[in-house]
Amino acid sequence: MKFRPIGRHLLALLLIVGLSGCGSIEPWVKPYERDKLADPIMALDSDAVSTSYIQHVYEAREGARGGEGAAGGGCGCN
Amino acid sequence: MKIRRLPLLALLLVTSSSVLAGVLPEDRADVLYHLYDGGGVAIDGPSILVRKKVGKSLSVVGNYYVDMVSSASIDVITTASPYTEERKQWSLGVDYLHANTTMRVNYTSSEESDYDAETIAFSVSQDMFGDLTTLTLGYALGDDLVRRSDDASFERQLDRQIYSIGLTQILTKNLISTLNFETVTDEGFLNNPYRSVRYFDAGSALGYSYEPELYPNTRTSNALGLRARYFLPYRAAIEGEYRFFIDTWDIEGHTASLTYIHPWRDFTFTGKFRYHNQTGAHFYRDIFSRSEATNFRGRDKELSPLTSYTFKLKASYEFLNDDGNDWGFIKKASVTASIDMLHVDYDDFSDLTAAAPLGSEPLYQLDADIFQVFFSFWY
Repeated sequence: MKFRPIGRHLLALLLIVGLSGCGSIEPWVKPYERDKLADPIMALDSDAVSTSYIQHVYEAREGARGGEGAAGGGCGCN
Repeated sequence: MKIRRLPLLALLLVTSSSVLAGVLPEDRADVLYHLYDGGGVAIDGPSILVRKKVGKSLSVVGNYYVDMVSSASIDVITTASPYTEERKQWSLGVDYLHANTTMRVNYTSSEESDYDAETIAFSVSQDMFGDLTTLTLGYALGDDLVRRSDDASFERQLDRQIYSIGLTQILTKNLISTLNFETVTDEGFLNNPYRSVRYFDAGSALGYSYEPELYPNTRTSNALGLRARYFLPYRAAIEGEYRFFIDTWDIEGHTASLTYIHPWRDFTFTGKFRYHNQTGAHFYRDIFSRSEATNFRGRDKELSPLTSYTFKLKASYEFLNDDGNDWGFIKKASVTASIDMLHVDYDDFSDLTAAAPLGSEPLYQLDADIFQVFFSFWY
């Protein structure tokens, strides 16, 4: 299985999205309907200092890494 | 040698506020104490994270983190001697907001007696579709230097690049989701210079001997993660998460978790169950047929087939809020405590401390408790 750096593809995707006139799409959840989403219990990463630490532990204890949107540093100790 | 994946932390610090690309993160300081205790290893220390706006368009963030390690793990006691060590890490980052775009840069440095690491990370986030959608692109470059404490002439390089793309989407009035894809490429010295593999050796009293492990010089991994959080009718939240992982070492992983968040008065309680299962690296063996049996060889239990389970309990108490206080510039403050109970079943990693005859050793299991206590201040 071959993998290639995807940086150029990401840049192209950003440009396409940016040039596609995305501002014309009507938001289906209005700003005044987002009170529940603004509740602190809905924050996807409410405690960055804690999230980074626990990801750090998992990356040291398991072979997988990344893809969680909030990956931590690594402790690869024995 | 303790740190390997430092760039991921730097990437966290440049992507963690991606949900609010059009708004700078809150001014906040966290002082955390962490303790990992399990499998003969104890690691503890502080982590201090401070973030402050400068003007209307800039936010500066700094982090100082320490690991104090006392290790008598199964790897260490079967082939080496228990040790203590300390790792110090600091990072500095800047967020710049312009209209609906947030650009971030972060530098991280980590030092210990036999391993140095530097990382620089960049990301850009764009809010779209009436702020329902946030797209984040990230890139990080890591430069590590691996040494040996018992050989002053030993020095190896490790370079790493991380590419990430994240999409956060408000789906309904009660539901928010995020999709993240991340590619990590490593090139250089990837194995632990101290760790050994074992192989059958009829001339040894044990029936086996040890030799140094030898890893490939490159590794590329891809991870795709999906999370969704739903606001329940009675003011509580539930979150589901799934991640698929695959790499060029033939490790394939599936991670899933379910989280429940329940506020009550000034408290917030969280319960979480996490499951992870992975296959082993193609060069991993619990025991090799002979010395130098394969081109690459490793016996790192983290690269072996395993299943892990974690149950988390967390409680947070907001002891100061905006309802009038005399704490000067501090607007809100909370204290949080959590415990993560981790259990790992290894499918192909023998427990050599059991002193069983060769071939009948029991499989190793790990139990660890992870404690965190932290104070948070908003100002």
